Order: sequence, then C-alpha cells, then structure tokens
Amino acid sequence: MEMKDQITTKSMPYEAFKDNEYIEGLVEELRANGTNVLVGVLDDLINWGRSNSLWPLTFATSCCGIEFVSLGAARFDMARFGWEVARASPRQADFMMVAGTIVHRMVPVFRRLYDQLAEPKYVIACGGCAISGGPFRKSYHVAKGIEDIVPVDVFVPGCPPRPEAMIYGIMQLSRKLKVERFFGGVNRQEKASDFEAIQRAKTSAEGCE
Amino acid sequence: MANLQEKISSLFPTVKIEEADTLTLTLEPAQLHDVCKKLRDDSELAFDYLETIVGMDWTESLGCVYFLNSTVHGHTVSIRTSTTDRENPHLPSVADLWAVAVTFEREVYDFFGIIFIGNPDMRRLFLNIDWKGYPLRKDYNDDPALNPCSMENERQSDDTCVYTLDEDGKVLKNETPIFAADDFVVNIGPQHPATHGVLRFRTALDGETIKKIDVYMGYIHRGVEKLCENLTYFQTLHYMDRLDYFSAHNYHHGLCMCIEKAAGIEVPERAQYIRVIMDELSRIASHCLFIGTFCMDLGATTMLFYTLRVREQILDIMDKTCGARMTFNYDCIGGVLADLDQDFVKDVKALLAVLPDNIKEYNKIFTGNIIAKNRMEGVGVLSREDAIAYGCTGPTGRASGWACDVRKTHPYCLYATMKDTLKWDEVVMTEGDSMARFKARIAEMEQSARIIEQLIDNIPSGDYCAKVPKVLKLPKGNWWTVVEGCRGLFGVYIESDGGANPYRLKLATPCLPLAAAVDHMTAGQKIADLITIGGSLDYIVPDMDR
Amino acid sequence: MFDFSIVTDWFNNFLGGFLPSWLVTVIECIGIGIGLLLVYALLALFYIYYERKLCAAFQCRLGPNRVGPWGLLQSFADMFKILIKELISLEKTDKFLFALAPYLVIIASMLAFAVLPWGKGLQIIDFNIGIFFLIAVSSIGVLGILLAGWSSNNKFTLIGAMRSGAQMVSYELSIGLSVLTMVAFAGTMSITGIVEAQSNLWFIFSGHIPAIIAFVIYMIAGTAETNRGPFDLPEAESELTAGYHTEYSGIHFGFFYLAEYLNLFIVSGVASLLFLGGWMPLHIPGLDGFNHIMDYIPGVFWFIGKAFLLSFVIIWFKWTFPRLRIDQLLSLEWKYLLPINLVNLVLMVIIIVSGFHF
Repeated sequence: MEMKDQITTKSMPYEAFKDNEYIEGLVEELRANGTNVLVGVLDDLINWGRSNSLWPLTFATSCCGIEFVSLGAARFDMARFGWEVARASPRQADFMMVAGTIVHRMVPVFRRLYDQLAEPKYVIACGGCAISGGPFRKSYHVAKGIEDIVPVDVFVPGCPPRPEAMIYGIMQLSRKLKVERFFGGVNRQEKASDFEAIQRAKTSAEGCE
Repeated sequence: MANLQEKISSLFPTVKIEEADTLTLTLEPAQLHDVCKKLRDDSELAFDYLETIVGMDWTESLGCVYFLNSTVHGHTVSIRTSTTDRENPHLPSVADLWAVAVTFEREVYDFFGIIFIGNPDMRRLFLNIDWKGYPLRKDYNDDPALNPCSMENERQSDDTCVYTLDEDGKVLKNETPIFAADDFVVNIGPQHPATHGVLRFRTALDGETIKKIDVYMGYIHRGVEKLCENLTYFQTLHYMDRLDYFSAHNYHHGLCMCIEKAAGIEVPERAQYIRVIMDELSRIASHCLFIGTFCMDLGATTMLFYTLRVREQILDIMDKTCGARMTFNYDCIGGVLADLDQDFVKDVKALLAVLPDNIKEYNKIFTGNIIAKNRMEGVGVLSREDAIAYGCTGPTGRASGWACDVRKTHPYCLYATMKDTLKWDEVVMTEGDSMARFKARIAEMEQSARIIEQLIDNIPSGDYCAKVPKVLKLPKGNWWTVVEGCRGLFGVYIESDGGANPYRLKLATPCLPLAAAVDHMTAGQKIADLITIGGSLDYIVPDMDR
Repeated sequence: MFDFSIVTDWFNNFLGGFLPSWLVTVIECIGIGIGLLLVYALLALFYIYYERKLCAAFQCRLGPNRVGPWGLLQSFADMFKILIKELISLEKTDKFLFALAPYLVIIASMLAFAVLPWGKGLQIIDFNIGIFFLIAVSSIGVLGILLAGWSSNNKFTLIGAMRSGAQMVSYELSIGLSVLTMVAFAGTMSITGIVEAQSNLWFIFSGHIPAIIAFVIYMIAGTAETNRGPFDLPEAESELTAGYHTEYSGIHFGFFYLAEYLNLFIVSGVASLLFLGGWMPLHIPGLDGFNHIMDYIPGVFWFIGKAFLLSFVIIWFKWTFPRLRIDQLLSLEWKYLLPINLVNLVLMVIIIVSGFHF
C-alpha cells in the first residue's frame, strides 16, 4: 500500500489539496484500485504534462472576462503557471473559463464551442452567473447555470471572482488532473457522452415527476 | 422652457403640450412623423439628436416615448404616442429622420411587439425569431416551457422585413434578403477575440474588402429592464455595475440622480464630491483598458500590460473604499454607501503623480508609431452629421467634432454647482477617424485627472449619505436623467405608478448606437479595419444588450 | 579554430574499416536523422521558452517560473500534453491534404535547418549551392500553409492561407535578392565558402552600405517569412481567430507551433551566416591579441549566440509593433523593399567591381 501511496501523490504534497473532499475522494479511489508500476510512471508523466500545461480558450461574455484579462496582466501574471497561451481557436485549447453570463441565445454557441474543444477538455464555471445565473437568475433569457449544458470541473464563486480566486480555481483543476488517469480503469475523465447520458436520465426523471 | 413651449405650440396648435420633468408632447400616431420632421428641420427647434426611444406598456395601450435633443440649442423634449391595439400594434417609423431609430425601433419591437411602419429592418434585435411573446409587456407569460433553453442552433432568417400599410390600413409584410445571393459571408463572432465580448458580425466580403455588415446582438441579453420592474429602487442599483462594468460608478450616479430627483432627496456635498471623483477615476480606468485592448486588437499586445498597470492602481483605490474590484455598488440613493478610506486622498495623489508619465509612455510607444498611424488615420471616418444621426456620443462623438459631453451640455452634480470654478476642457476633435477617437480618450484621461486634482484637496466634511426612508416610494410620474458614462450619454427613464418598484425603468446606454453605426463606418474598408473601427468605438457588449 | 570534420572523418573511416560502404551510409544517415530531430525538437522547445520569457520581460511580468527550475520545463510539459491531445478529424474536408499540410510545413523547416553550419565542419552536407538549396526548401512551407488553410474548409483559414500565400511569395523576393547581394559579394553559393570569406571581417562591416541595407531588408523580410508580428497576418488572432491553423488540434497544431519557432531560428541563423560571419569569431583587423582571445570561443557558441541575438531582435519587433494591414504589407514589399533591393544589388556590384570594400 505504501508504494501505491507514493505513486499517486508524488507530484503533489497532501497539503496542496487537504480539505478538498473531492480530490481526496479521487485519491482514495486511486489507492483502493491501484495501478501497475509501468503504467503508473507513464501516467505520472502524462499527468505532469497535462496539469502543467493548461491553455485557456479566450472566452468571455461579460464582467468576469475583464478580471480574466487582469489575471493575465503583470499584477497576477498567470504566465507563471504556463496558462498564458490563450488560444483563440477551441481546437487548441485545454480548458474553458466560462467567464460571464450564458444567455439562451448563447447556449447553442457555447455548447458548440465546448464540442469543438479537443479531448481532454475541462470547464471552469467562473462567477455567479456561470454557476447559477447569479443576479440574473430570474431573467427570462438567462441560463440557470452552465452545469446543465456542459460538465463542469471547477466552480469559482464570486461576482466577479477576484483574480486570486481564479488562480486558485485553475490550480484546483491542475490538482484534479494530477490524480486523473489516462491508462487503467480508475479516475478516467468524464466523457462528454457520459455527461449526456446523465443529463438525459435527469431530464427523463424530471419528465416523470 | 417657456419659450420653447410657445414656439412648439405655435407650430402645432393641435398638440397637447405639458410641462413635467421634460417638456412633453402627446401625439396621435398619425401625426408623429410630420411633427418629428418639423421638430428636426425647424431651425429654431433643430431637434437633430434622438436620445432614445422608450417602449411603454400602459396596460390599456402600447406606446413609445421619444427623447429628442437639439445639438444647436441644447434643449430636450419628449414625445409620447400610443396605440390601443394590443393584438397588432403599429406606429409610424421615424427611421428616415434619425438613422439610429432603426435600431431603437427594433429594440421596441423586440420587447413590446410594436411594428414600425416603414422601418427598413424590422427584425427582432435581441431575442431569436421563434421567441414567443414580448417580454417587457405587462402580460408577458414567462413560463420557461414556452421559451425553453435550447441547445439546438437557433433558426435564423437571411431575410429582413419591411412593413407597409395598404389603403385599408392593413399591415403588409415584405421580405427582402440581407445579402446578395453570391456574397461571401464570413461570420465574425460571437466567440471571437476582437469583438470585445459576444457580438456577432455577419460580414459580406469582396476579397478582403467589406461590403456589408449585419450586426447580430443578444448573445448577452440578460433582461435587466424587466428584472428591475420587480425590484425595489434600492435593489435596481446593483445591476448598474454589470451593464458597462467600466463605468459602474457613472451608471450608479445616473440612476441615483434620477431616483433622487423623483423623490426630492438632497445629496450632501461630501457625497457629491466623492461621486464626481469616483466617476472621473473610473473614466481614467476605463480609458486605460480601452487603450490596452485597442492596441492589442491592432497587434501591439504589450501596451495592454502597461495600461493595466495604471488600472490596477485605480482598482486598488476603489477596492479600499468600496470593497470590490469591479462591481462596486458604491453610490446609493442619497449619497454613497460608505465613507472614504483613510488612505484615499494619499492614494489618489500617488496616482495623479504617475499618470502623466504613463500617458507620455503610451504616446511614445504607440501613438507616434508609423504602423499605428497607417492603421488608424483615415480609417472609419464618422462625420459630425453621421455621429449625431447615429447618436454616437462620448469620445466617439467628440472625436467627430460633436461637443456632446453631458457634463458640459446638461451639467449635473458638481459639474453644475461648480460650473465656473471647476476648470476642465471638453475634448473635441474634428477628424472623426480611429486615430481621433484614440487621441480623444487619451486627452480625456488628462482632463479627468485635472478635475480630480482640483477636487481631491477640497472634499468637505459632513455626512456622506442623506437620510432616506427604508421603503422608498416614488410619486406617480416620469423622470429622465442623463449622465456622461465612460462611453457616452447614459440616460435613465423611470416611470412610476406610485409604488415601491419602478413601473418601467429604461436604461438608454451609449453602446447600442455605437454598434448600430458599425455597418455605416466599415463599408468599403478592409477586414482588418473592422477590428480597428470596432476597437476604437470601444463598445461593451453587455451594455448594448442589457 | 577547431575543425569538426576531423571527428566526422574519423568516425566515417572507423565505420568503413569493418562495414561495407552502403551500410556506413545507412548508419550515418540514421544517426544524423535522429540527431537532427533531437536538436530540432530541443531547440524549438527552448525557443518557445525563450520567447515566453522575453515577452514577459517586455511586459513587466515574470513569465513561466513554476514548472522546473525557472520554468525551464514549461515547454516540455506543453509538448507532452500536445502529443496526447485529441486529433480532431473534420467532416467535409480533404482528409489527405489536411493531414499532409503540417508535415509539409515541418519538413520544409527541418530541411532548411539541416543545411545550417554550426561550426567549422559541423554541418550535415556542404555543397556548392548550399544557400540556394536553403531558400528553395524553405519555400515549401508556403505550400503547407496554403494547403492547411484550404483543406480545412473554413472561411477564416482560407483567408489566412490566402494572406499567407500573398505575403510569403512577395517577401520571398526580398529574401532572395538580399541573399543574392551577399552571394555576389562572397562570390560563392557554398555556405562554407561564404563563412570562410568572412574570417577576417564580417560581411556587414566589409560590405558596408549595401551590406547593411541588405541586412535590414533581410531582417524585415525574414520576419515576414516566419509569419511573426508585425507581419503575423495569416494567423492574426484578433482578426482570424488562429488563421490558417484554426482547425488543427493536437500534434498537428504542435507541428505548426514548432515550425514557427524553428523558422525563427533559421531566419536568424541564415542572417548571422550571411552578414555576421556564421560561426566565425569577431575579428577586428589590427587587434591581434583581441582576435586571438576571440578564437578560443568555439564556433558553435558564436553561431548560436548570433542566432539568439538576432531572434531577440525579431521577438522585440513582435512585442512592440502593431500589425500591418494586408494592403500596407504588400505595398511595403512591392513599392519600397523590392526597388531598394534591386538598386542595392547594382550598388553592390559596382562596389565589388571597383574594389571599394574592406
């Protein structure tokens, strides 16, 4: 068991994610199932690459987008972590920082953007509007959170979240990637098709009520 | 005002004129076009600027309130007209008199379903064509089942429609295609790095040359005006931060002033000082970001980092006093929410000390650059007449030679009370091209600094907020207030039925007219110029979509 | 100066001692191929890091500093990620051409990279038309970019590709002419010959006015050739999303990304060998002591140092200037650079004929 412990959390000290039930759960699962040493080493290499190279998609709809610009500026400088390669084309980006309100007209566009991202892809819901609709929740034209549209990996609350919070959010994503596995059957990334199945189940359940 | 009233009543003896918050003309729809034409063309009236069209639902009738302004004489008049037909409401269009009316009327159509006869482009503006109902009507059914949030691509039409009346008074619909059949149409946006948000241009190209642009909005339409109708006046304020998030203070200021005017609340002098200083600080911050993003659009990314340096410094000042970096929610009815931070004066002085050097640096890096000159000079020229017709206010209008600064034309707050002692110049340029718009903003930063410099040492002591009742009810009536946001004229129209919620709250934002002028300005230019022009107009998409 | 060909000759003879000559050639080819790939990849990754750090410095930032010491491993992490990223296959495209395009681009830059001399005798092949070969193969890249833009079946990429085609074909002229100017001065097309001719004094000094003009034009045209700012129209982010490679993902995009940075190295490498003496140390006639000290620094360092310095200038351009518009870009080439270049060539010939050079 000790050996396995080392493999799974080598790249990340426990202090980095303690008090995060979600990541702890992932680590537990990983430990319980274990992996083969060779595959584990390969996985570590891949995870190291993935978690250290997160390229955002330049996507912003409103206020949070401006804070995202501030995040890139000299004061907060996300380039330190290697996140500054903001790609304008979704094909080349790794994660999408959903910064701002998503309204009905934007929903299909947003979903298509998500579909255009190349796997593995991640979504950070940034700010109240993206999480739940925020101050505009009661509006006739605002989607009540993006969770119903795409699978979300990290939520960053705030209106808008301060750049520090955004840095923390992306770091949480990076931590999550460190315990994800490319090979083997444990902790694989939730695929878009799985998400759709869950959503379908959800809507049909609602339909029954 | 009395003079104006006499003049108008002598011209139109049949029209009902009343003197309320603004001079109000109440018209029959049939008269509307003629009266408007005379109001615009008569040299003593010269109402050449249409500030906004407010759609109204007075339950028994649907109608519009037009706010007209004269750039020659400076007076304002409002025109009310209504139709009782709720099934098939229609009014005559004034789109041939003021170019910006095309877009305003589309907005009214979208929200209230009023058809404007003769408008050349009578499509919905923000909502998709299959949207059921007209959301700002009082009897709108907001059941989500009617208008579900769909992941399917929205249906869109390549045709626009024009409505005409036949002899029997029946409305006829004529559809015409927007683009020619063999046009090469490129879709720029809504997700595109240069549209500053989620705006979409359907661009017909001939090689690299733009033939026509169809501006497609609504990708961030959040229905703020409808939301406000169900909130108390105190609650409506916080949406002002989220429209044009760079002029949060200015927009707050405008809405507060309108409510204070209606409720008859006197704002303490200290609060007025604080408000004006905050307005001007946010103007500097906003123009800083403009310079940065504009240069980034042109490919000079580094400028963004230099300008954000100053912006961060201003945000720090705001952060200390207001507790937030962007959504300050600081101005409140009767004054401001909290007193200034103890370091405020010191911090502002530190900012003023570094600002001139920074501006010099921006000019050195960018303004004098030969490539930048080639990219900006003579690109997207907007003449003074067009600026007025399209209602392009703010630095855009002033760069075209239209002295439209509300702080000078309709002074408010300290700009009115200290009109003679407060020394600052309105920046007016004549070229009207992208370079002029860029330079106008840099010059405005200097002027704002000048205003702050004069005020910062003289902030009077005293209350920072007046006594305001916990439950605020406005008397029956309507009020119209304009302030100068960072991008131009911001107008607030409140109609109250005497309750604690506004019956109708209309926010006339400066960015909608700017977007409406894009097609006019880009025709015949290159794709790269679209980016220059869009950047130099500096529109904020949530501000135009609301 | 240490002649590296001693090592290679020894190796060749050593292998030839117990292996048939065809096998020797095969082994050498494979060895060189692997070495080339390795150096290519490492250099490109280092260049990505180099640019990101420099860009950060221009923008008062720190740049990558979390992954590895001083962030040195940042671009390696990027490459690992890009290698296992999904390759999106598009419908309604010409799949063969779509897949071929990135390989064309990277092969073109790799071939050009192969003929660069790194030091005395340290080059893969030295033939008498080396510089001509270099110009020829580096133009294959345009084909790849055009194919990429066209086969993606996307309007943005198409516009990007067309821009790129117009731009590269035009600026190829300037590059060719300024290279021709220097070839005329050196009297040879062999790369080694050109470098050897500068052993006493670099061409930029000995050829004075026409050489400086040619150098400036070469740097401008070279920046345009590599599609970098202020000439980055084919991939102008704020106009065309990502230009011709909008639809590419994963390692296919990685190829474009690597090739872009390697082209930067090639352009500055060629500039350094044409104008700044390639791997020749800095010699000042008359100062023998100084020249002698300079000789102690190995040629490889001279070459890389010069190339990095010139790349620094090109990166400096990018992060300072705004982008040109397509018509301005073309008029700059056809109305200014090309006529100046032609006159410069005549001037150079006159100077050579009259012997008015150092």
